[in-house]
Amino acid sequence: MEVGLTAFVIFFAAIFTNNILLTNFLGMCSFLAISREVKSSLGLGLAVIFVMTWTSALNYLVYYYLLVPSNLTQFRYIAFIIVIAAFVQLVEMIIERYSPVLYIVLGVFLPLITVNCAILGVCLFMIIREYSFLSSIAYGAGGGIGWTLAIVAMGGIRQKLAHATIPKPLEGPGITLIIAGLMALAFMGFSGMIQIQ
Amino acid sequence: MAKLTGQAIIIKGLWTDNPVFRQILGICSALAVTNLMLNTLIMGLSLIFVTALSNVTVSVLRNVTPTRIRMMVQTLIIASYVIIVDILLKAYLPDISEALGAYVGLIITNCIIMGRCEAFARHNPVWPSFVDGIASGVGYALVLLAVAFFREAAGFGSIFGVPLIPSEWTRWTIMVMPPGAFFMLGIIIWVVRSIGGKELQKDETTS
Repeated sequence: MEVGLTAFVIFFAAIFTNNILLTNFLGMCSFLAISREVKSSLGLGLAVIFVMTWTSALNYLVYYYLLVPSNLTQFRYIAFIIVIAAFVQLVEMIIERYSPVLYIVLGVFLPLITVNCAILGVCLFMIIREYSFLSSIAYGAGGGIGWTLAIVAMGGIRQKLAHATIPKPLEGPGITLIIAGLMALAFMGFSGMIQIQ
Repeated sequence: MAKLTGQAIIIKGLWTDNPVFRQILGICSALAVTNLMLNTLIMGLSLIFVTALSNVTVSVLRNVTPTRIRMMVQTLIIASYVIIVDILLKAYLPDISEALGAYVGLIITNCIIMGRCEAFARHNPVWPSFVDGIASGVGYALVLLAVAFFREAAGFGSIFGVPLIPSEWTRWTIMVMPPGAFFMLGIIIWVVRSIGGKELQKDETTS
């Protein structure tokens, strides 16, 4: 029961109070590059949720059942990145085979997930914070949903922003970062609820 | 590919093609570790080390790496150097290693390194690749130090842990918290792009 409760709390904390994008700054590159409209943001977000949940589970198993017993924890970076790359490749092949329409919709987003630091970040945080298996999956899923929430909101704001007059040098990444700052401020309002470390 | 002189490569890395404010790469760590100057400095040095050596390695192997698996090879090369950095930090600077936490490991997915390997080292001989790696790394480190300077000064009233601003000054705690990072980096990009003038604004269509 205790384990279930913690996993549940971690799940919500990962979405709101410890949003992987707005408090841990992970996955910023694709956040800045792809958040220009809601549709593409949502497509990438869903793919990230899927990959993040599965790779956090897989990497948990790899770490505790392969690396720890053989005393190779120092090589976790290599192991994690291989698992992530292999998993993304596998997902790409499966989607291409069974749902060509979805494959075309996701397009270049899928391979890009490999270098999304949010995925590796979640895997490293769950090791550092010594989460249980269930908590790790909850953290992965919550982290993915939180990331998607932030990028879709940003996509919506930037769609409206296309009609605004912004100083030339501030256009693009500059204004996006400042809006992200405002979003981070708003999300800090949640922080009274739960804190995870 | 036109031959570039050492000086041209350095200027590109530091200013005209600066990874952070021109190409908007490596933003994650630029935001995460910049609340204290000391952590930022160590992070910058680690990144210079990894970028320079991975560039050299990719360049050495450029003629024997099959194109199809080059991303995998590059990732493995980068990961190996990050492991070295991680072990060194744990051994000699345990406090800072603790403070940087997962962000040392996240150097692997720092797009700057992959970007330099992919855009430069893959096509160029060893020595220019080394210079290019150093220049990009230093360009990154300098922007980070600038961000950290303002954040630490406004948030803690100190520079490198040395208190400089009298304690009557109200601390802007928000500056060392996540929103401050976004604001500061946004403002720095704004200022730098204003100084850079028109010729540099044409390449920002991508983001």
